Formats: sequence, C-alpha cells, structure tokens
Amino acid sequence: MKLRTVLLTAAGWLVALAFLAPYAEMLLTALKPTPELMESPPSYLPSHWQWSNFTQIWSLTDPRVGDALLFSLYVAGASTLLALAVGLPAAYYTARHRFRGRGAFLILVLVTQMFAPTALLVGIYREMVSFDLTDTAEGLILVNAAFNLPFCVWILNAYFASIPKELEEAAWLDGTGRFGALTRVILPLAMPGVVTALVYTFIGAWNEYVVALTITSSGNRMTLTRAIPGFVTSYHEQWQYLFATSIVAIVPVVVLFVFVERYLVAGLTAGGVRG
Amino acid sequence: MAVHDVTASATGAEHPAPVAPALHPPRRRRRTWRTLEPLLWLGPATLLILTMVVWPIIEMIRTSLTKVSSTGLSEGFAGLRNYTDLFAEGDLPGVLLRTVVWVIGVVTVTILVSLGLSQLLNASFPGRRLVRWAMIVPWASSVLMTALIWRWMLNNFYGVVNRLLMDIGVLDAPVNWLAHPGQALAAMMGVAVFVSLPFTSFVLLAGVQSIPGEVYEAARVDGAGPVRAYLSITLPLLRPSLVVAAIINVINVFNSFPIIWAMTRGGPGFSTDTTTTYLYKLAFDNQSVGESAAMAVVNFGLVLAVVLVYLRVVRRQEDTA
Repeated sequence: MKLRTVLLTAAGWLVALAFLAPYAEMLLTALKPTPELMESPPSYLPSHWQWSNFTQIWSLTDPRVGDALLFSLYVAGASTLLALAVGLPAAYYTARHRFRGRGAFLILVLVTQMFAPTALLVGIYREMVSFDLTDTAEGLILVNAAFNLPFCVWILNAYFASIPKELEEAAWLDGTGRFGALTRVILPLAMPGVVTALVYTFIGAWNEYVVALTITSSGNRMTLTRAIPGFVTSYHEQWQYLFATSIVAIVPVVVLFVFVERYLVAGLTAGGVRG
Repeated sequence: MAVHDVTASATGAEHPAPVAPALHPPRRRRRTWRTLEPLLWLGPATLLILTMVVWPIIEMIRTSLTKVSSTGLSEGFAGLRNYTDLFAEGDLPGVLLRTVVWVIGVVTVTILVSLGLSQLLNASFPGRRLVRWAMIVPWASSVLMTALIWRWMLNNFYGVVNRLLMDIGVLDAPVNWLAHPGQALAAMMGVAVFVSLPFTSFVLLAGVQSIPGEVYEAARVDGAGPVRAYLSITLPLLRPSLVVAAIINVINVFNSFPIIWAMTRGGPGFSTDTTTTYLYKLAFDNQSVGESAAMAVVNFGLVLAVVLVYLRVVRRQEDTA
C-alpha cells in the first residue's frame, strides 16, 4: 500500500513536470539577456534574470503589445457578453419549455459545436468581405460569439434544468413576476454555469488565432495571438519578447480557468452525449 | 400553458381588475403568442448561428462553384471547375494522406495516453490537485503560443530539447527536427497530442468517477483481478465518455491549424500541410479562392462523414449491448 502511494506520487509529479516544462522554458527564455539567446548549445538557466524584458515589451512599436492587449480584452469581453446575451435566454427557455422547434434549435446548436471556424474559414472570409467587416473588431466578436455559443447554451441549459420548477413557481406566488423570478431566484442559482460559460467564452476568444489572422491586418486591430508572431520575422528574431508577451497572455487566463475547471467537463460533454 | 395559468391565478388574485384582461387574452391571441414566444427567446441565438455558421457554409459551397478572380471578385458560375483543378493538384494526394495520418495518429495516441492519465488522476496521492492544475495550463493556453515554444525548444542551434538529449547521451549531435518532413510531422503530431491530452484526460476522468464503486467490489468478490476489472468493467462503462472524447478530438485535430502554421507553415513546400493549412495557402498565398473553397468543402465533408460514421457505430454498439 505504501509503495503504491510512492509510485503514484512519483508518476503524478512527473506528469505535472511534463505538462509544465514547456511553459517553464517559455519563462526562462523570456528572462534571458539578448546575447544569451544565440548561444549554441543553449544554457538551461539565464546567466542573470533579465526582468526588464517584461517591462521593455510595452515600449516596442512592432508589434505594440499594449494596443494588442487592449484589443484582445475588447474582442474577448464583447464576444463573451454577446454569447451570454443571446445564449442565456435560449438556454433558459429550452430547459423550461417543450415547444415546436425546440429539437431543431438544439440540433442547430449541436452542429455548431461540431465545427470550428477554421473549417469554414473561406466562407467566413467571403462573408466578412461582403459585409465590409474585414479588419474590424465587430467581425471577430460575431464569429467568436457564434462559435462559443454552443458551450454556453449546453452548460446553462444543464444548470437551468437542474433548478426545480417549484422554486420558480414559489417566487411567482410571492409576487416577483416571471422576470423577477428569473433574475432574483434562478440566475443566482445558475451562477456557477454563468461563470463557467463566461470564462470559457472569454478564453476561447482570447486565444483565437485563425480568424484574426485571416480577417484583420491593421496594427491597431490585432489581438495578442495575431500580434505575437510579429516578434519573429525574417528581419528580426526577438524570442525573449515573444515569450515574455506569451507569459503575459497566458498567466491570467490559466488562473481564470483553474476556477471553473470542474464545471467545464460537464458542460462540454453534455452536448456530446445528447447528440 | 401551466406556466401562464399559475401566473394568471397568482397575480390575478391580487390585482383583479387592471391586470386580468392582459392575462386572459382571447384564444387566438394566445395561440399566436405561443408560436411567437419561443422566437423571442431563441431568435437572437438562432440569428447569430445562422449568420455566422450556416451562412459561411453556404457561402463556401457557393464560392467553390464560382470562378473567383485573384482579386477576390466573382466572375460567374464555374461548374465543377474548381474541384477538377483541385484534384489535378499534384500535392493533393499527399495532403489528404497526411491529414488522415495526422487525425488518426493524434487522436489514437491522445486517447490511449489519456486512459492512463485519467486513472492516475482518479487515484489519491499527495499533490493530486497540483497535478490537475499543471494539466490545466496547456488546455487554457493559446495553442499558437504553445506551438511557438515547442518550435523554439526543437530548434537545432538554440533548442533545449537537443541540449537535453545530448546531455543524457541519447544524441551525439543536434537534430534539425523541423527540417525534414517526416520528422517535422512526427514532432508536430507530438505537440498536437500534448495540447489534446488535458481535455481528453478530464473527460475520461469524469467518466471514471461516474462508475459506482460497488461494481468493483462485486467484481473483486467474484475473483476478478485489476486487469480483468479494467477490461470488463471500466472500459465498457467508459464508452460514452470515450465517444465524446473521440468526436470532439477528431474535430479539433482536423482543424488544428495553429500548430502546423506556427512550426513549419506546412513547409518545406507543401510537405507538412494538412487540408486546413493547404486550403489557407490556396486562398491567401496562391489567390485561388475558388479552389480553396473546393478544398474547404471536401474538408467539411470529411469531418461530417467521420462524425456520422462514428455516431452510427456507437448507436449500433448500444443496440447490440
């Protein structure tokens, strides 16, 4: 029994190490002084920890990290609000009512879950051109909201369905009205689902790359993922800045993700199982 | 129905005169309300999906049948010309073959390793929470950034992978991992597995945790060892989770553009392209938008076929089980 625990612990810690190693290397590279990056073979640790790499990224002009960060925040934030604004009512109504078209709607949502924007890239690009949405935040927001909507609907649907109808009816009897019952009784109870949908959509939009690569090109309309490869071009290779910026982009969303981790699987698999 | 009745009687008792007419509308108005009400709740979501998902699918199919100039202007109906052009491309068979190898290889390895990882995460040992948090990092991180750090680590001059392998005596000289198509593809498949493992392991872990402990106790009483218990209890009961994990992985792996784009750009030439990077290059490097749309439709059909076949197999298994 004792040996078993020792072996499991060793295996577990090795696995953790394996998953963290690339990001540890990302941080170490971000902290190396410039000349040291071109050493061959490379050193494992920086000779001195160049924390100024993290402050210098903000004053560079190509790409502008600060602008990209704000643009990413705007796009991811607006995508999340839009996905929730349209997903919440749909999830609530499908969880509470049986009506004609309910099945069709849920199939539409399931089909959306089956496709990533990458698969429809040419169609998305052509559509953006015809609606004059290329190189706009709005184009990115609409695509991100639409492709993250299925997850929002599934997880919120599961939460709404788990709340007893009697609770809601009791609230009506107390005179809250339907809308009051929804906002004051049901929504607070579904909060874990709302937060999970929010975090998941935000991170999805924050990390989105292909659509941003395809439909945006101006310097002041670049998300972080779109801007980051700009640190390594045929003219200059600034891997230390690339990875310093990557760390800035990754750390906050990992922290957010840890908070909702245990609800994520439930939401993702709910849609799949029902299909 | 029941909902409206409750509302009507509840509020009707308190404010009889002014509210009652609105709450007891004539039968006809009530019926139109009943058909219109779902529209109010589902309309915005439906509209968003129709314009941002369904429209691009239609637009893609339409473009694949259109002659598109290099500047992006439509120049009329092209029939199947884009498809015949696409299938005449010398690179296409290689691209399709690699896509199949890529998808089957990455998904198979991911699921096999995840089966092990889910068992590990289900066992209790000190630091298990930390291990779970460590596995969140690749899941939450941008795939592009993860691919870029792997490209840097695999670099033949500056990469830490070669240094490490030389230090422990596996290699005598640095290897240029991403220069040769075969090696590059294998390396990128490794990265694809790396980023797919967390999600897959968590899905399978959820499945493992949903199996009641009594089943194992009964098996132990009947004299089944751990291997036997795993094969005849865990695996069959895990099937729903395996199905979900496999389908979502097939879709994600089919579409995993950022890994190849960040690490080799499908190069040298088209030698490490899969359908997704190939269709991107056709559209935006070669300006052959029509042909690219044809490739996208073929790609779309492949994903659809895989999903349908898989769902059928699963349903048949469930029928016979």
